[in-house]
Amino acid sequence: MNIGAIRAIYVFEMARTFRTLLQSIVSPVLSTSLYFVVFGAAIGSRIDQVEGVSYGAFIVPGLIMLTVLVQSVNNAAFGIYFPKFIGTIYELLSAPASFVEITAGYVLAAATKSLVIGLIILATSFFFVDLTILHPVWMLAFLVLTCLSFSLFGFIIGIWAQNFEQLQLVPLLVVTPLVFLGGSFYSIAMLPPFWQTVTLFNPVVYLVSGFRWAFFGASDVPVLASLAAIVVFTVACIAVIALIFRTGWRIRK
Amino acid sequence: MADIVTIRNLTKTYGDGFEALKSVNLGIRKGEILALLGPNGAGKTTLISTVCGITRPTSGTITVRGHDTLKDFRAARRLIGLVPQEISLEPFERVMNTVRFSRGLFGGGRDDAHLERVLRQLSLWDKRDARILELSGGMKRRVLIAKALSHDPRVLFLDEPTAGVDVELRRDMWRVVEGLKADGVTIILTTHYIEEAEAIADRIGIIAGGDILLVEEKAALMQRMGQKQMEIQLQDPVTEVPAALADFDLQIGGDGTLIYTYDAQGERTGITRLFSALPDAGLVLRDVQTRQSSLEDIFVNLVNGDAA
Ligand SMILES: Nc1ncnc2c1ncn2[C@@H]1O[C@H](COP(=O)(O)OP(=O)(O)O)[C@@H](O)[C@H]1O
Ligand SMILES: [Mg+2]
Repeated sequence: MNIGAIRAIYVFEMARTFRTLLQSIVSPVLSTSLYFVVFGAAIGSRIDQVEGVSYGAFIVPGLIMLTVLVQSVNNAAFGIYFPKFIGTIYELLSAPASFVEITAGYVLAAATKSLVIGLIILATSFFFVDLTILHPVWMLAFLVLTCLSFSLFGFIIGIWAQNFEQLQLVPLLVVTPLVFLGGSFYSIAMLPPFWQTVTLFNPVVYLVSGFRWAFFGASDVPVLASLAAIVVFTVACIAVIALIFRTGWRIRK
Repeated sequence: MADIVTIRNLTKTYGDGFEALKSVNLGIRKGEILALLGPNGAGKTTLISTVCGITRPTSGTITVRGHDTLKDFRAARRLIGLVPQEISLEPFERVMNTVRFSRGLFGGGRDDAHLERVLRQLSLWDKRDARILELSGGMKRRVLIAKALSHDPRVLFLDEPTAGVDVELRRDMWRVVEGLKADGVTIILTTHYIEEAEAIADRIGIIAGGDILLVEEKAALMQRMGQKQMEIQLQDPVTEVPAALADFDLQIGGDGTLIYTYDAQGERTGITRLFSALPDAGLVLRDVQTRQSSLEDIFVNLVNGDAA
């Protein structure tokens, strides 16, 4: 194991984040804060409590998830797509590092970035709503696991993408709709029975539900199911990445 | 001298079925400068990329100091530095950072003293805090070399280091390469400039169509295959080869001279016989001049399949 390689990639990627602080951290935090204002304050004042929580507080976990998912996928996808695009990937491929180190470096950097964004949004939300977190450790665990698993997913997207359009396609056409339809802004229980069943095939439901449980103690699906869903998703992503590097698909000719 | 890189029966067929390498066998000697000379599309980049792990071999084996580049890729790759043909660098990065990144990637601990030596050697030390996009093309190429040297490799691959570079920079690059050789680094460079191979290589390998046609000491290659030409100036210029000299390989040169082509390494050059035949043909010798054929002639002959 070449720990130095992981560190080198991680440090290099984090340096890029700090170089582009405005677009990489400030802008997602700012746009999420706008959601608080619009949904929490403006709409929320006309909606009753949901599952015993004020609507403004209820949407906090979903909003964090929305941002963290999109950021994780985008960051990790861009992280590996960029060296492919400008040709510097030759260095990764000729280094004494296996897919484990390369993936770890990019995924950890992307996950760190989205974790920081998630935490800043969480901190910001205290300015807008009354919020208590029932299970802070679980909250953090769900957040970290989500950052990691979706950064892994983004890493796959970055390898798969052959142009900038494809790079943005998946986050835009797949991730965002799944999050919006995944109960970020409502409880699944509010849907008609048929749609409740359909929703259970949306993996994001399990993330949002588990994450929200850590805040308020109530969940749409069992907490263990949420945990299992994240673990299965993570393992599946790792397996796909291992396969990609074994076959050299879209990386090694 | 012992081989540091050994390539056996290496083939590479790309995904589209194109056979870019056809059973390449090559031993690279420790400490030498080996020039791989070949036209565009010969398979030079493919060969280098396969040794360095960027391209997967279809069959065959490659070892670096005995380490198989697939089974024992970590040990093998630690010994190798690669300067790619295309200038691929992050435009907004700073020189020192990008070189430090390369060293880290190869598992080298932070060693800014070593990096300073490398940057100074390449005249980049003053530019260590410059962004890549502020650098000239020649400097960018040297940043690539600095990255490749950051982990102190024993074998350095330079893929067309002087393609599209002006004469000044080319000589500059040759000096850098000679300095590295003096440090004991084995250097393999590809080129399609014959003068380049002629100027700095110890050995020359000629590659075309995915085959290595030959690898030989530069001097021996030029001697073995070198033909000489002798231009004979006559008192009275001629317009055609006199019948009396039909036995000799003669052509008419400009200004009515005779041009005699012969094998300088041959048992007999035929020069004495030719000179004594001149009076019989009624010609008077005025002056002679000889010219060694260049590597270019050899190269063209080989690639066209005219020579051994
Ligand atoms: N990824 C690829 N897929 C298919 N053919 C390729 C690929 N890369 C190179 N080739 C072909 O392989 C041959 C050798 O290419 P290359 O090794 O780049 O030659 P050189 O470096 O000597 O110019 C060329 O005919 C080229 O078109
Ligand atoms: Mg080439």
